[in-house]
Amino acid sequence: MSQFKDITENGIWKQNPGVVQLLGLCPTLAVTTTVVNGVSLGLATALVMAAANGTVSPVRKFVPNEIRLPVFILVIAALVTVIDLLIHGFAEPLHKVLGIFIPLIVVNCIVLGRVDAFAAKNPPLPAILDGFIMGIGLTLVLATLGGMREVLAKGTLFSGLDLALGESFKHVVLTVIPNYQGFLLAALPPGAFLGLAFLIAAHNWMEQRKTSKKQTPKPTNNASLKPAH
Amino acid sequence: MAETVLKHATKTALTLVAFAFTFTLLMTVVYQMTKGPIAKSEAAARIALFQQVIAHDRYDNTVLKDTINLAPSTLLGNKKPTIAHIARMNGDPVAVILEAIAHDGYSGDITLLVAVNVDGSLSGVRVIKHTETPGLGDYIDIAKSTWIKLFDDQSLIKISVANWAVKKDGGTFDYMAGATITPRAVVTAVYKALQYFEVHKTTLLPVTETANMISTEVKQHESI
Repeated sequence: MSQFKDITENGIWKQNPGVVQLLGLCPTLAVTTTVVNGVSLGLATALVMAAANGTVSPVRKFVPNEIRLPVFILVIAALVTVIDLLIHGFAEPLHKVLGIFIPLIVVNCIVLGRVDAFAAKNPPLPAILDGFIMGIGLTLVLATLGGMREVLAKGTLFSGLDLALGESFKHVVLTVIPNYQGFLLAALPPGAFLGLAFLIAAHNWMEQRKTSKKQTPKPTNNASLKPAH
Repeated sequence: MAETVLKHATKTALTLVAFAFTFTLLMTVVYQMTKGPIAKSEAAARIALFQQVIAHDRYDNTVLKDTINLAPSTLLGNKKPTIAHIARMNGDPVAVILEAIAHDGYSGDITLLVAVNVDGSLSGVRVIKHTETPGLGDYIDIAKSTWIKLFDDQSLIKISVANWAVKKDGGTFDYMAGATITPRAVVTAVYKALQYFEVHKTTLLPVTETANMISTEVKQHESI
């Protein structure tokens, strides 16, 4: 059971794909112009990651080491295509929002990263959980970054939710700053880089505070802070 | 030794082929399964788009199937042949829906859907694809602002050639400060699409008698 706890802790915080592993930056930076976009792509990625890990894990013993990467890429690309087709065919409104992002998931190296680092070495159940939780960890980062950029750039939150879930959700769109002139930088790519930098800094700061608290009872440990030769 | 290497390589290659085969099969099955629903939803999306440039009660034909192929033209800005859709009421042409591309936007091509009535006036214009700067040039998109509706009912007769420009260039069309290149490109593209219609009117909409009457009526109305 503790294994599952570890997986969850790693995915959400310690090894968070968005702010610690820094894998899959391309979609992270490109898509997070609003909360809705960020969450949509995050959830789609989580789904693909769980499916990819769940597919690779049972067959991991049949894949020779030399061709593991081509096989994994093949599996991921096929799964993304299948999910894209299914969403397009049977969930048209969802496809309108996610459509352009789904093919992007293939090139998201966090998917390949988790398949290679975890699913190729572990049984199916933990592998599926790892894929899904890593995806959720990424979703949290995308949502936060999307929220920051949306408020700064447009002064709203949850805009576009009516497109995803229907007209009745239009009133959920919050205007955080009324009569806002807009701050274009936040909506453009540099805004994504700066926003992500702040998130990484915040994560590092919290981690550091945690470790320094643990270390205070043992001041002798400070020796380890001396620079190496 | 050589034999084991060969054996190993063969085994590895076969594994890769087996995976490729299995997953191609999976994709084929899903593709066949979703082909119908996808075509249906894409057609619905096209119709919804047409609905924006021409009211659905103005025609009674299957616009999606009533098409003409258009050769590349500098007036439409298309480098590959495109398809124009024709709207008819009781068999008489009402309007033609053209696709025009502006190459001189601020960033990348701007694809427009231009519906031209049989009398040469605009039924409606929509931007269907663009990559203009978010928050600046993207007001040409109906999702951001109603600017594109300025073109409704305009024509080459109503607005003289010199006035088919944004206000900054001495024309009639409003624009938002800070982004003139984008609307300038759109105005020019719409103007050129109208010119294209004038040049190719007879092939696009072979005018029948009823349609002729309507167009003269409109002209009279305009002169009053």
